[in-house]
Amino acid sequence: MNWDSPILQVTGISKSFNNIPALNSIDLSLNPGEVRALIGQNGAGKSTLIKILNGAYTLDSGSILFDNKQVQYSSPYQAQLDGMSTIFQEVNLLGYRTVAENIMAGREIKRYGLIDWAACNKFADEAVKILGLDIDVTRTLDSFNVAIQQLIAIARSVSFNAKVLIMDEPTASLDEAEKKTLFKVVKDLKTQGVAILYVSHHLEELFEICDSVSVMRDGRMIETSLIKDLTKKDMVAKMLGKRVEDILSDENARPKVCANDEVILHVEKISGSGVLKEVTFELKKGEILGLAGLLGSGRSEVAKRIFGAEQDDSYQGKISINDITIGVNGPKIAIEKGIAFCSEDRKNEGIIPEMSVRENMSLVILDSLSKNGLIDKEKEMALVDSYIKKLGIKVSDMEQPISQLSGGNQQKVLLARWMANNPEVLILDEPTRGIDVGAKSEITDLILSLAEQGLSVLFISSEYEEISASCHKVLVMQEGISRDYLHYDEISENAILDELGKH
Amino acid sequence: MDMINQQIDKNESSGSIASSAKFKALLKNNGALVALIVLLIINAIFTPHFFAMQTFYINMTQVAPIAIVAIGMCLVIASGNGGIDISVGSVLALAGALAPMVFMSEFGLNNPGIAIALAIVLPLLVATSCGLFNGFLVGHYRIQPMIATLILFISGRGIAQLLTNGDIQTFNNDFFQYLGTGRLFGIPIQAVILIIIALFVSWIIKTSKFGRYLLAVGGNDKAAFLCGLPTFKVKLIAYGFCGFCAGMAGLFTTAMNSASDANTAGLLMELDGISAAVVGGTVMMGGKAPVIGAVIGALVIQMMTYTLLANGISDSAAMIAKAAIIIGAIYLQLKNKQKH
Repeated sequence: MNWDSPILQVTGISKSFNNIPALNSIDLSLNPGEVRALIGQNGAGKSTLIKILNGAYTLDSGSILFDNKQVQYSSPYQAQLDGMSTIFQEVNLLGYRTVAENIMAGREIKRYGLIDWAACNKFADEAVKILGLDIDVTRTLDSFNVAIQQLIAIARSVSFNAKVLIMDEPTASLDEAEKKTLFKVVKDLKTQGVAILYVSHHLEELFEICDSVSVMRDGRMIETSLIKDLTKKDMVAKMLGKRVEDILSDENARPKVCANDEVILHVEKISGSGVLKEVTFELKKGEILGLAGLLGSGRSEVAKRIFGAEQDDSYQGKISINDITIGVNGPKIAIEKGIAFCSEDRKNEGIIPEMSVRENMSLVILDSLSKNGLIDKEKEMALVDSYIKKLGIKVSDMEQPISQLSGGNQQKVLLARWMANNPEVLILDEPTRGIDVGAKSEITDLILSLAEQGLSVLFISSEYEEISASCHKVLVMQEGISRDYLHYDEISENAILDELGKH
Repeated sequence: MDMINQQIDKNESSGSIASSAKFKALLKNNGALVALIVLLIINAIFTPHFFAMQTFYINMTQVAPIAIVAIGMCLVIASGNGGIDISVGSVLALAGALAPMVFMSEFGLNNPGIAIALAIVLPLLVATSCGLFNGFLVGHYRIQPMIATLILFISGRGIAQLLTNGDIQTFNNDFFQYLGTGRLFGIPIQAVILIIIALFVSWIIKTSKFGRYLLAVGGNDKAAFLCGLPTFKVKLIAYGFCGFCAGMAGLFTTAMNSASDANTAGLLMELDGISAAVVGGTVMMGGKAPVIGAVIGALVIQMMTYTLLANGISDSAAMIAKAAIIIGAIYLQLKNKQKH
């Protein structure tokens, strides 16, 4: 590693939107072969900084020195051509085009003015091979799973002879095994001298791949240090601007033992939807049951089956709540029976982006807020106001469009949407995905306190650490089959991994 | 970024920015209204006899069918997933052709009172059924709205032409013609009905459960479905109502002309309706239903056409001017979108 001649040197970058400062005199320097973590809460300015580096935004003042020349790109594509590539959280490629077309888009190899597909495919093939991917580049992108797609996106970026790679939450849609592949790629790139700026909310994974950490808060660069000098708690403290002693320890977050024996939800041998083979479990009153498993293990399908979210004739098995059997009759019936469901896809299956916080929150309980088909707006506003206060949702007022809120606050609005209906069973699919550390612990605390009040929770997450911290019991799922329970005292990240390895 | 956006928004709504910015915001959010006022001022200066009652009558009677179709179109677009109803012109022709057939039939001539009532109710029922059919295809079979409504776009006019043998039916019926030429408190009857419908629908959208459901389904139908909302019923009602509006416009058109012509009635009406809705601020993505805006949008297009014609500019030039208004409306929409 060459620590003396940085490939990227950023000095005094400031940026304001409508006179409101978003970045305040940011300094950052990155060496070839260095993997630098960039962390901070939502709104700390990480995205703004990235967008200034890759030319999506223009800077107000300051300078960017890249590869010994002053640069200011006019678009991320221009930056990419010059060797500074950005990989976004969600795959930004074209699903119905081939892998080769995606990798070559915008720079197709031409011959006599026409695209030379043979040459393009060859180039693309080499590009994916560098990442250790052995795939047919003439297949369409969407014939591969998300993890491979993410790697293809990286292959595209690297094939621009990237000297600096900016990765924004690259593991958000990957499971444990896929993360490992990605980390290996990161390490390979590192040895090839590529500098990587790695943005992530998942602090644990930083220890695995990063050399150093830069912490941002409120538009300022707070600190840059070597990762080996920090603990996870140190990082959280710096991000939140608190002292380490004030950060709750992980032990505090565990739920109290659930002594109740009354079973609310019975799930017996359900199968169907192409993924589920045989899933059986029961959920007791006030219990938080974790569903752990790899992507494709059928975790989310279980949730959707219970909620009736997908109509499918192939469904078999029996589901009953309070000893009343429920069929696959759509969410309305499930909601009436006291089931609530927060989808893993907050953007596409949760929020109504154009609507206000108020309208989003009251959607499920409009019936009880209405008389003769007309909404009692005062009642509605009182209810929304009480939940905004109760959950500490940060909004300018309840008429603010929900799309303007941070992920954590959006999720709180969605939780309030369901809480208002007083459900008996709450199904949460990845409730803290894409949510920063502060809001994450608030949401976990909220779930624990709801369970203490008697709500039964089915908690689905791909983060085993989160599952082991917040569940009474964990059910491990594999390839559509429910395996064994881990009981309260047996739960740990390692125990889950062991269980997954058994079969 | 989220935080910054919030702050920007706060700043705008707290009104701490200078008045010029406020005026800009007003212009952005009420572009159609501003355009209408500008057109009125231009006419007041340049167009002779603009303030004659006759001018008012002509414009109101001409705009009523377009505006009423625009209201229906506005709801259909708001229902989301590419919501659109291109069958309105054909449904208009069908309803318009049915009315005289009822009161000119043997039964109608023998029972003139019932016949008039039937001549209004039956076409509206048929038109509403057409709309429900569209809504069924879109809501139940999830067919692309453009394709689903293409069916009646083609066949609706065909049915109307078959019913009338493609002939123009002329008639002389004072009661029915009242729908085209009558006045209530000195205001053309169509305009009165239009205002009542516009105010009622706008009130429903703002205050009722259905209104909230419509905007939720239009804004994100997957999320709305997972909240237990009756997404199919909502689409059925939106398209059904759009059919009703087209039927109403058909009655106006036939009554005003004292004749029904299945070949030309409502020709290109779908495009006028969409234009009016868009100029009035309806977002093609769905989730927004500015009903009053759609009416104002229809008025803007009508006034623009009238202004040019009244000042001796040709019809073809007027069409280009219409396009210019639409470009303006889209420009404002894009600007509003960039705010987010």
